[in-house]
Amino acid sequence: MGTKTVIPFGPQHPVLPEPMHLDLVIEDEKVIEAIPQIGFIHRGLEKLVSKKDFMQFVLVTERICGICSFGHSLGYSETVEALMGIEVPPRAEYLRVIWHELSRMHSHMLWLGLLADGFGYENLFMQCWRLREDVLDIFEATTGGRVILTACNVGGVEQDIENNELAGIVVTLDKMRAEYGELLRTFLKDRSVKSRLVGVGYLSKEDSVAAATVGPFARASGIDEDIRSYGFGAYGALADFQPIVSTKGDGYARCEVRGLEVLQAIDIIKELVDKMPDGEINQKVKGVPAEGVEVVSRLEQPRGECFYFAKGNGTKFLERFRIRTPTSQNIAGMVQTLQGCDLADVPLNVLTIDPCISCTER
Amino acid sequence: MGSFHLTKMSLRNFFKKPATKMYPVVAPTYTKMSKGHVANEIKDCIFCGICENRCPTHAITVSKEDETWTIDNFSCIQCITCVRNCPKKCLTMEPDYTKAAAQKSIITLKKPELTPEERAAKEAADKEKAARIAAAKAAKAARDAEAAAQ
Repeated sequence: MGTKTVIPFGPQHPVLPEPMHLDLVIEDEKVIEAIPQIGFIHRGLEKLVSKKDFMQFVLVTERICGICSFGHSLGYSETVEALMGIEVPPRAEYLRVIWHELSRMHSHMLWLGLLADGFGYENLFMQCWRLREDVLDIFEATTGGRVILTACNVGGVEQDIENNELAGIVVTLDKMRAEYGELLRTFLKDRSVKSRLVGVGYLSKEDSVAAATVGPFARASGIDEDIRSYGFGAYGALADFQPIVSTKGDGYARCEVRGLEVLQAIDIIKELVDKMPDGEINQKVKGVPAEGVEVVSRLEQPRGECFYFAKGNGTKFLERFRIRTPTSQNIAGMVQTLQGCDLADVPLNVLTIDPCISCTER
Repeated sequence: MGSFHLTKMSLRNFFKKPATKMYPVVAPTYTKMSKGHVANEIKDCIFCGICENRCPTHAITVSKEDETWTIDNFSCIQCITCVRNCPKKCLTMEPDYTKAAAQKSIITLKKPELTPEERAAKEAADKEKAARIAAAKAAKAARDAEAAAQ
């Protein structure tokens, strides 16, 4: 038995795009305990509800995170719409889901690239990010922004996508699917990738339930939970939505779930484009949120279930707005996967929960 | 299982053009929706100040007295709130980004002086408007007087 040593991991580390600190208690090469610490990029964005009115605040929620940008504006808009009883036109709901699924695609491709970079496959990393550019180009052509879209607002969406443009998006996605298939085959079949992922960071279903994990991290451990299957917005119009679940519980399963979710997102977009209704895209917002009314809503972000709470106070400023993000839920599960793992597997284990620290700290 | 799954794609890439551009030698391409910078057709501007009030980052300053419209492009977040709310539709979002510069610049636009013809046309329009208002007032006074007589 060796002596216990504490190794600091982060806040600056090559696998971490955002700052998070871990104190790793190790004995020989095994991690005995990992103590996480966050709080390096807290910006106090929730407090800004007292400075920006409820229509302007959607611009702040978009800037909570660069990857889940559209998801947060969608979550905020849905919460305030529920607070004020606004009914969104169906075309707007379809467009919102299309943009949200495109966000999921680019988020997962970014993560797959980071994973490839994490286990040292530079070529795969570059190819993932090259393909991700096509999604960002679709964003730029349809909304004018690549990351911050400013497309969603309380009452609907700001821009329409013409039907011929939607058909063009489907053609682009079909082309992407062929190339993405090659990348996914590499992730799921390649010997070197498998040797780095299979059995690494195992978390059983029971532990996953106990740690209240969400999103692809939970689904990779066999928890069949996806907010999209409850049919909010245009998800209700999908003929058959089945969450992608794996029971393996290791890093490979997380890679598989996210990898297949990209293909699922393409299918969802194609189905919604076929069913796209005509009509208005924006409902005029009248009045302000009533005093004392509280609303909660949930949204399936690329990283998992995100929980929104809003309370009105009879003025144009909200009394309180709160977000519980998927990463804050998943950190407990991540710490469990780290216990007993090799020191060399720590970066991969941290990466496989897809941590988004900007969202978590706001 | 197996290895070299990515070899086909890698070999294809040898014969493809690079996915990246040699910026700034090669100019970037923008879509018509791209949010580059806010432009103002200043001769149509009525300096109502709605853009200043609605701007979430206070990047725009409007002065009605001096007839100037000022934007700080470093504060602007390209949210298009001003463009959407402009009553005269003289604000537009141009697709090209502002050029890189050594120092922060604040752009101030001033309403141009009118040419003699434009001034004459404006005076004529003002006179016509004043006459219309006077006629409407006279008609109203007559109606009121009639109502009072009854």
